[in-house]
Amino acid sequence: MNLRALSLLIIVVVVNGIQGQPLSPAAPLTVLSKEGRRPLAVTLVGDQEFVALDDLAVLFQLTVREETIGAITVSYKGKTIVLTTDQALASVAGKLISLPAAPVRSGRRALVPVEFISRALTTVYDTRLDLRKPSHLLVVGDLRVPRVTIRYEALGTGARLTIDAAPRAASVVSQENDRLAIKFDADALDVALPQIPAQGLIQAVRVADAVSIAVDLGPRFGAFRATAQPLEAASRLTIDVVAAQTDTSSPGSPATPSPGPPGSPAPSGAPLPDLSGVGQSASAIRTIAIDPGHGGDDAGVVGPGGTKEKDLTLAVARRVKAAIEGRLGIRVLLTRDEDKKVPLDDRSAAANNNKADLFLGLHASASLRKGTTGAAIFYAAFDKDAEDKARASLGTERLPTFTGGSRDIELLTWDLAQIRHVDRSEQLAHLLEQQFHDRVPLSPHPVERAPLHVLESANMPAVIVEIGYLTNVDQEKQLTANEFQNTLVQAIVDAVVKFRDALDADRGTR
Amino acid sequence: MTSRRALATGGVVAAACVLAWLLFVGLPRWYGAPATGRVADAPATAPTPPGRKIKARLYYVSADGTRLTTVERDVAYGEGTVQQGREIITAQIAPTAEPLVSAVPPGTALRALFISDRGTAYVDLTGAAAAAHEGGALNELLTVYTIVNALTSNLPAVTAVQILVDGKEVDTLAGHVDLRRPLAKDLGWVQ
Repeated sequence: MNLRALSLLIIVVVVNGIQGQPLSPAAPLTVLSKEGRRPLAVTLVGDQEFVALDDLAVLFQLTVREETIGAITVSYKGKTIVLTTDQALASVAGKLISLPAAPVRSGRRALVPVEFISRALTTVYDTRLDLRKPSHLLVVGDLRVPRVTIRYEALGTGARLTIDAAPRAASVVSQENDRLAIKFDADALDVALPQIPAQGLIQAVRVADAVSIAVDLGPRFGAFRATAQPLEAASRLTIDVVAAQTDTSSPGSPATPSPGPPGSPAPSGAPLPDLSGVGQSASAIRTIAIDPGHGGDDAGVVGPGGTKEKDLTLAVARRVKAAIEGRLGIRVLLTRDEDKKVPLDDRSAAANNNKADLFLGLHASASLRKGTTGAAIFYAAFDKDAEDKARASLGTERLPTFTGGSRDIELLTWDLAQIRHVDRSEQLAHLLEQQFHDRVPLSPHPVERAPLHVLESANMPAVIVEIGYLTNVDQEKQLTANEFQNTLVQAIVDAVVKFRDALDADRGTR
Repeated sequence: MTSRRALATGGVVAAACVLAWLLFVGLPRWYGAPATGRVADAPATAPTPPGRKIKARLYYVSADGTRLTTVERDVAYGEGTVQQGREIITAQIAPTAEPLVSAVPPGTALRALFISDRGTAYVDLTGAAAAAHEGGALNELLTVYTIVNALTSNLPAVTAVQILVDGKEVDTLAGHVDLRRPLAKDLGWVQ
């Protein structure tokens, strides 16, 4: 009798102790099983989440018995877990399993920490139990419930969502009015949603249903591109979103594009930019130098309508910069971003010093025959003497460093730096020609090799694009038209993507 | 003895004179005149028989404006390579009438022409060659190769040409074609 009285006293003490702590309902666990999903109530005691043993008994066909000496037994198909009401321990077949807290009582119900499921119950249960606390999920059985993590990043004027699903799960992206739907091939999703800053492209990312995520699009949305890529233990889906086309030309420039105001969607009927290379910025091309020809008191060619080459090249260069940065995520350096004269050597030096991976000069042409039209792409030519000189002078010099060691410095003849890149430059020139084909009128000699000053000092693949003849009345009008410039820019972006892919393939980075 | 000594002394002096002549006059003549520098200017007044002509290939802008076209023309005969080069360039840059169109800007004149021992011609043009240029990379290439090809294709002794403007080396004429080095003949710019 004394023993029974002591046990009763202990229970009373425990219950009294618990009653002194605040119990509050928390977000329920979602139990996912082949039968569907159902909630499992969670109670917070302090910071610890508890679930009721009788709820677990119903869910998993457990037998729960309260022993008189403060012990609770949980049985499933002949296997038993023993809990004591004052210890953060469970015993299974003589093995002790630690729990983050001892069982507690809420009225007549016994509560156990949620970790009881993953640490103790899973040892006696005959079906896999996968408790995912951060997402409040309890997956029962072999369901495909990938963990989906979503990362948002701003990219130039666009944005990128990187969506990783682990374990791997295929997905399909579709656009439905003002949202993108990403549907996964899974039984359910375990999603961690990102914080999306206000930027007008992507309003929100949310869970649409059990296996879909919705991306709500903002008013600046122009187009998207989705790229799937398998990782070692996950599937990666990259969605790049670009803004609707906006004016990037300078005030007073010859180009007079007429897009909607900022924040408006792309004009209906306007071709959406081709984002064929978007989502692959970790590659051989990280920086591109764009060199708008002439400037300042050097107007370059002046067309019969008064269009100055220096203005045209700057306007187009700004568009190319916006397109490449926004769509490809590649840094673009302009050798001049205003109407000023820049010496040719300074232009190459800017590209070299910024370690540009590609140099793209933009010029317009002149002809003494007023009918001459068409774009051409130039890459550098060197005569044999120059090549011999370059080869003879190439070498390294060991110089001391501040830290006391030494390093080998590669020596290049400044005006012959291009020699070792000529093959790549030729490749780039032909890729541009291919992309211009049927889109941008080409000269009868669309790819030319010539001793052009600014190219010779460029220590990277380098070309000059002569976009057309300003001396031709019709082509002058064409070159300054918004539509032509958009097409030209798209062709250049496409050629850059092709060139980057070729470099990546050759370097084995893909 | 005295006369014999005088005779011997005279002999030594005579031998020294002969040796000195050999050293300072004879041998140099034997081996040729000393180098007078890499750039050899032609005599300023090379005699040109009046009315004598040669056939020379001159270059003008093709009908489509993207290449040069060759025109064979009579050019005044010049005595020696340098003088002939001057005559060719003078004819090449002279004003033309349709259908010929010259890629050399109007008003351009020849200031001087030199040919180095290595066969590089230096063609010194007046400032109009740059200042009056319409621009455009291809247009500038056609201007440059008009001059380069006119000399290299008519004068076998000329292997390369460097264009100077107002007596100075220049980077380019109109911002494109590198003129810091002599350029070899390139008939790729000719139809």
